[in-house]
This record gives sequence, C-alpha cells and structure tokens, in this order.
Amino acid sequence: MNTVLTAELDPQAALAELQEKKPKRVTLVVLSGDMDRVMAAFIIATGAAAMGMQVTMFFTFWGLNAVRRSKSSGKAKDWLRTVFGALNRPGAEKLPLSRFHFWGLGTRMMKSVMKQQRMPGVPELMEVAKDLGVKFIACTTTMGLMGIEKDTLIEGVDQLAGVSTYLAEAKDAQVNLFI
Amino acid sequence: MQKDVVLDTLGLFCPMPIIKTSKKIKELKIGQVLEVVSDDEGIKEDMPAWCETTGHEYLGLEEQANEDKPTHYRAYVKKSK
Repeated sequence: MNTVLTAELDPQAALAELQEKKPKRVTLVVLSGDMDRVMAAFIIATGAAAMGMQVTMFFTFWGLNAVRRSKSSGKAKDWLRTVFGALNRPGAEKLPLSRFHFWGLGTRMMKSVMKQQRMPGVPELMEVAKDLGVKFIACTTTMGLMGIEKDTLIEGVDQLAGVSTYLAEAKDAQVNLFI
Repeated sequence: MQKDVVLDTLGLFCPMPIIKTSKKIKELKIGQVLEVVSDDEGIKEDMPAWCETTGHEYLGLEEQANEDKPTHYRAYVKKSK
C-alpha cells in the first residue's frame, strides 16, 4: 500500500506545496539603540509582516532601550548597574540619532520634520508592528548586564530569551538582519 | 481601470501604503479589485513586489501628474486568495 502511495506522490510537487504553505520568516537582531537604525528595523519588520511574513525581533544591548518603559526606575542588583541603567535613557520616543543628535537638538529637529511629513516615528511603528503580530524578544543576558529588570519593559515584549532561541528561529528564516 | 474599493494613502510614506493595503485587502472578496492611491513614488516598485510575495494579482499602475501637487499613483490589485 505504502509503495503505491509514494509512487503516486511527485516529490517535487509535494515539496513545492509544503513550501507554499509554510510562511516565510524574518528575524531581526536590534543591537543598536539609535533612533534611525531602530526606525529602519521597524520599517523592515512592519513591511515584512504586511507581506505575510512571520517576523521576530530580538532586542539586545542598546536596542533594549526601545522596549524599555520611558518612566522606569531601575532597581538593579548593585549601584554600578543602577547608574548604568540611569545613564542609558529608556523609551522608544527617547532614542537619539546616530549622527547629528547634538545633545537632543538634532533629534528634535528630525522628529519635527517627520511630524510635518506625517511620517510615523519609532513608537508609532512599534504599535503597527504589534498590531501586525511581530514578536518581540528581549535578551536576558544583556538585561542582566545593563541592570534592566523585566518589570521595566513594555507589555509588547512576548518573551525573554537567549541565543539558542534566536538561532532556532534564525535557522528557519529566509531573512536574518543584524541592526 | 475598473475597481471595487479605493484606498487613499496620500501623504503617507513607506511602509504605510503597503501596511494599509495588506489590511484593506482582507475586506475584499476574491476577484474584487483594490485601487491604492499614493503620492510615494516607491509604490511603483513596492506594489508589484508585495503582490508577488502575497499571491495577489498586480493589474498595473496609472500615473497622474499634477501641477502644484506631487504625482498621484494609482495601483490596482486583484484579490486572488
């Protein structure tokens, strides 16, 4: 019986059908906390989600600032990490530009131009990403290193995880970006 | 071109026209045509690419040059699944 079944099955067609059904996947590692880089990450993430792809974003190091609540008072384990957490300003709306930040002036000017042009900023793009089902993962190692407690992260974070979780997702994805 | 539903994305930049298209297309029945109006030139390449990935049929694009306003692009998409 089995031999008949396999003979009838065209492996090429079966594979093509399987690939057709399997959604395309994208992973993005967001290491940078610069407004321009994070914005590019969210534009790609929302665009991919709108194209029917499954998107996972991993936030690590400075990228964690995008998923930290802006009014989070960190109670880290020791004073060094507390100071570090305070110097590293949290909040998606507070990210500085990678160039021409000029102590906040350059970034403020860029934001006002974006507002005039009705261009969505990082907080708005994040909302769209969540709405489209983009998965947010925060890296636990760097959270510990930088004195970031999990209760200071925004609600949109789906998972706290490490490198294995990232690799498990990335090996099945067609697009993997490191920003 | 004949259309069933019109989506206005004038003044919006990438990726918003594509995101709004992906939401709007869900409201259509299979075989219906969506017209997406945009003044972002990127849509000329983005809409065919979106259609190719999502499996909807790209029917074409019309350009309407305006004297005092940016050019309006009308992209036509047929819901195929």
